[in-house]
Amino acid sequence: MTTTPIHTIAITSEGPTLADPVDSRFGRAGGFVIVDLTSMATTYVDNGSSQVLAQGAGIQAAENLVKAGAQVLLTGHVGPKAWTALQATGVKVVQGVENMTVGEAVTKFKAGEFTFSDAPSH
Amino acid sequence: MIIAVASGKGGTGKTTVSAALASIWKRPVLAVDMDVEEPNLHLFLKPESVRSEAAYLEVPVLDKALCKLCGACAELCQFKAISLMGAHLLIFPDMCHGCGGCMRICPEGALQKGQRELGVVEAGITSEGIPCLTGRLRIGEAMSPPLMGKVRQRMQAMAEQDFRDIIIDAPPGVSCPAMTAVQDADVILLVTEPTPFGLHDLRLAWQAFHPLGKPMGVVINRAGVGDDQVQAFCREKGLPLLTEIPFRRDIAEHYAHGGILTQLDAGMKATFEDLAQRLERMACEGQGVSHA
Repeated sequence: MTTTPIHTIAITSEGPTLADPVDSRFGRAGGFVIVDLTSMATTYVDNGSSQVLAQGAGIQAAENLVKAGAQVLLTGHVGPKAWTALQATGVKVVQGVENMTVGEAVTKFKAGEFTFSDAPSH
Repeated sequence: MIIAVASGKGGTGKTTVSAALASIWKRPVLAVDMDVEEPNLHLFLKPESVRSEAAYLEVPVLDKALCKLCGACAELCQFKAISLMGAHLLIFPDMCHGCGGCMRICPEGALQKGQRELGVVEAGITSEGIPCLTGRLRIGEAMSPPLMGKVRQRMQAMAEQDFRDIIIDAPPGVSCPAMTAVQDADVILLVTEPTPFGLHDLRLAWQAFHPLGKPMGVVINRAGVGDDQVQAFCREKGLPLLTEIPFRRDIAEHYAHGGILTQLDAGMKATFEDLAQRLERMACEGQGVSHA
């Protein structure tokens, strides 16, 4: 099995910058900060379209994430349906990322302090 | 004629009133418990020889060989039951509301009919000959309206067979299940209690049901506790206060033993006979209005 080098990661965020706090929710996160690890350039994907759904927020958020080209997701918790959706497209997930800024999460990821999850959390 | 017994607040006495009405109804009647999450009308009416039948919702199943990943189904689905994730079409059957749109829109015929079990539909008959119908939602099933739809189909078939009137014991609340339960009613009977809690939820119920344009009336249960704000609200909205069930120890004890109120004493029987007559008049007048 070949491993694609990771160059694009997404972090659930309460705002558009590296200084904003990580949003521990996935499906109903405010948005995603997308970081290009090579250039450290960031873009922001608003997740408001998922937040307003009565059901299926996690699935919609996964769609948004995949469209943005993310290969890795750093977040607090991913539910079972969003997990299935992310698995289908091979997005790797780190859970339990909370109480820190987006920038801190990126630094920790680059330092290899996170391990990928192998199951949804709820 | 269809009477739906509803309320905003839970525990006001919908089931007590439904059972009492069914027990003294003059014409042939069908008693329907639409509270499929927690049906309990049978505890009072005690139907016998109950037959139970599994009910299913039609959900899509993907034939991967035929799917060309056009995404039309995923775009159509308002409930995220289908998602196009890159080169993968994913189906989440428990999100499906069963509209069938995805199967119709698929240009390749790649979505076939599958099933999700909703629960069971149960029908029985009391020793007095009142047929009883209910649904029982499968544990883990998230939506009650689809199963209520199956109960409704059965209800219409049973009532048409011998021109029965129908008394529907609706679920509490003012969202989809409650609206589903009252949609066929000729009259909506709101059961409440004369407390700030009763008033708050009666107001919600009135707001939810008022746009349906159906005649509505109010029964106050546990009359004597609380205050007179419910009466004031009824006057303000022109809601007829049809009857009051007093807050009495003997009534509570009778209820606690699973007894039907009309069998407590002659007074209670007369109270509900009077209520039944008023409801019939309201139903007739309501039809007069709609035909005018």
